[in-house]
Amino acid sequence: MSDWRRRLSPTGNTGDAFFRAAMFAVALLMLLLVVAMIWALASHSMLSIRRFGFGFLTSREWNPIKDQFGALAFIYGTIVSSLIALVISVPLSLGIAIFLVEQAPVYLSRPITFLVELLAAIPSVVYGLWGIFVLAPFLRVYVEPPLARWFGWLPMFQGPITGIGLFTGGIILAIMVTPIISAVVRDVLSAVPNTQREAALALGATKWETTRVVLVNGAPGIAGAVILGLGRAIGETMAVTMVIGNRPEISLSFFQPSYTLASVVANEFTEATADIYLSSLVELGLILFFVTFIVNAIARMLVWKVTRKTSSVGMAV
Amino acid sequence: MSAKIFSRTNLGLILIGIVTMAFLACGGNSGGGDIRLQGAGATFPNPLYQKWVSEYGKLHTNVKIDYQSVGSGAGIKQIKERTVDFGASDSPMKDEDLKSAPGEILHIPTVLGAVVLTYNLSGVSQPLRFSPEVVADIFLGKVKKWNDPRLKTDNPGVSFPDSDITVVHRSDGSGTSAVFTDYLSKVSPEWKEKVGTGTSPNWPAGIGGKGNEGVTGQVKQTPNTVGYVELAYAVQNKLPVGVIKNKSGNFIEPSIDAVTAAAAGSLATTPEDLRVSITDAAGPTAYPISSYTYILAYKAQPDATKGKVLVDFLWWGIHDGEKFAKDMQYAPLPEEIVKRAEAKINSITAGGQPLR
Repeated sequence: MSDWRRRLSPTGNTGDAFFRAAMFAVALLMLLLVVAMIWALASHSMLSIRRFGFGFLTSREWNPIKDQFGALAFIYGTIVSSLIALVISVPLSLGIAIFLVEQAPVYLSRPITFLVELLAAIPSVVYGLWGIFVLAPFLRVYVEPPLARWFGWLPMFQGPITGIGLFTGGIILAIMVTPIISAVVRDVLSAVPNTQREAALALGATKWETTRVVLVNGAPGIAGAVILGLGRAIGETMAVTMVIGNRPEISLSFFQPSYTLASVVANEFTEATADIYLSSLVELGLILFFVTFIVNAIARMLVWKVTRKTSSVGMAV
Repeated sequence: MSAKIFSRTNLGLILIGIVTMAFLACGGNSGGGDIRLQGAGATFPNPLYQKWVSEYGKLHTNVKIDYQSVGSGAGIKQIKERTVDFGASDSPMKDEDLKSAPGEILHIPTVLGAVVLTYNLSGVSQPLRFSPEVVADIFLGKVKKWNDPRLKTDNPGVSFPDSDITVVHRSDGSGTSAVFTDYLSKVSPEWKEKVGTGTSPNWPAGIGGKGNEGVTGQVKQTPNTVGYVELAYAVQNKLPVGVIKNKSGNFIEPSIDAVTAAAAGSLATTPEDLRVSITDAAGPTAYPISSYTYILAYKAQPDATKGKVLVDFLWWGIHDGEKFAKDMQYAPLPEEIVKRAEAKINSITAGGQPLR
């Protein structure tokens, strides 16, 4: 038996060696894919990186006719719409998952679980059309005016109300992300061993206190679910484009139209002819890549800190 | 034994079988004596071109033409890179694009289209009338209210509400936006200076909807809005459309005949290469926001057989093909332009030999 084969599989089994090599190749493929993507994006955006340099990130000007390109308005729109989505969807998803796992009787939890998973599979263009024809008019008439009346002293809820804008974009993202987060959190919570619940109950904990123990146990998984949802929110294109108003502007008001990185690339790529225009669009793609990367890293760091703290607290309890 | 079907060896054989079949399926298309043409470009004439391709295919069963509506910009890119046999674009190619192409590219006009204003204003039954400067100022964000005195002057007898105008424009890069901004640049010096002409201009006001359907959706759902869409789309969806004052001072309702009239009214200013903007056209009945759409082809075709098929298809298109235009809400070419397009088609060669 040759040397390399022995090194691959100490037992000398050909099948094992083959299996190991194949799995390694698949894992490597993943890494190659990421590298290839960054390389392709970077090389195609070279023209605009050279022309605009770092100013591309800080300029809010986007005018293809005059060859002026800057990404700031899109970065702002992407991050703020995703944050709105998370602020709404995380408590909602946690509530859904806790109800399904901890409280609901089987005859309720089965159909609701099925429905939640069904929602996660609806194509985004369908959400977008629903957004234009149902959600936006509804928000314009029933939600935004009271928000403006009661919270109008906050800059977020000032300005003219059209039903199209950052707020509607955030809401539609929240609706799209909630089923994903709650489906994953549900799986995480049901994976928490029952002995934990029994232990808590045996110590005389209430239902709420027991749930807290379960949540602490599942914290890393829950965080993973939130990051997954955040990833979907940042990259979502079609549904957001339909309702966000597509205007490269930075406004503190949630009622004003805004624009996201993914939307502008999808909107303008087909008709972009000038080289610098195309290159700037590709650079937006590159920025989207890094925004996702950075946001993920920050989220993971937060999770790491929180779980370390809570698990030590959990132990102390 | 049936359980053994999925044993390791069999699984391998099945996989190999699937892969082989996939390869065979891919290769199968190239068989037969068919001549294939590949075209790509503008989305606006796509329904008509698909009709042309299918009708032409019935007459010439050995010809297979494939048109992909990827957008004018992508069409120009692909013809320049010679990845397609013909391109298509709503706006004519720019000089620098023509110069950087690897050969001389001809513009063959096929049909005309128009851009119309559509709006959502309750309590108004008659079509609203717009002067060019008012249209420009609305989209510049300067005319902010529906009860603006200038709108009232153009529409005597209409009672306008005291509400804000919400502008809706296309958010995706689009030939429709290019035609519309080209018109605004001609009628408003301020627009020309501040915004200019392009497929994705930096809009001074309003919200963006994706595609004709996105703009229509937002106009329909939001009160007090005004937007612009293609004529064909507005007619098919029975949208309210604005009546626009043309260069001669007449208020013209958008219609197919008014669009052809705009092309006829622009004959004097149409250059030899047929690259022309016919917005704000002369002529008493011309609708001012009209435009040609073009097929782009190399004057010197690299392949005589394919070139011959392309030339025959184009010739058929601007003659027999025109009769499908009106039913699909496209305006047919005026007689004079058909003659000039004929000359363009006749000038196409392969290896120095004319193809017609």
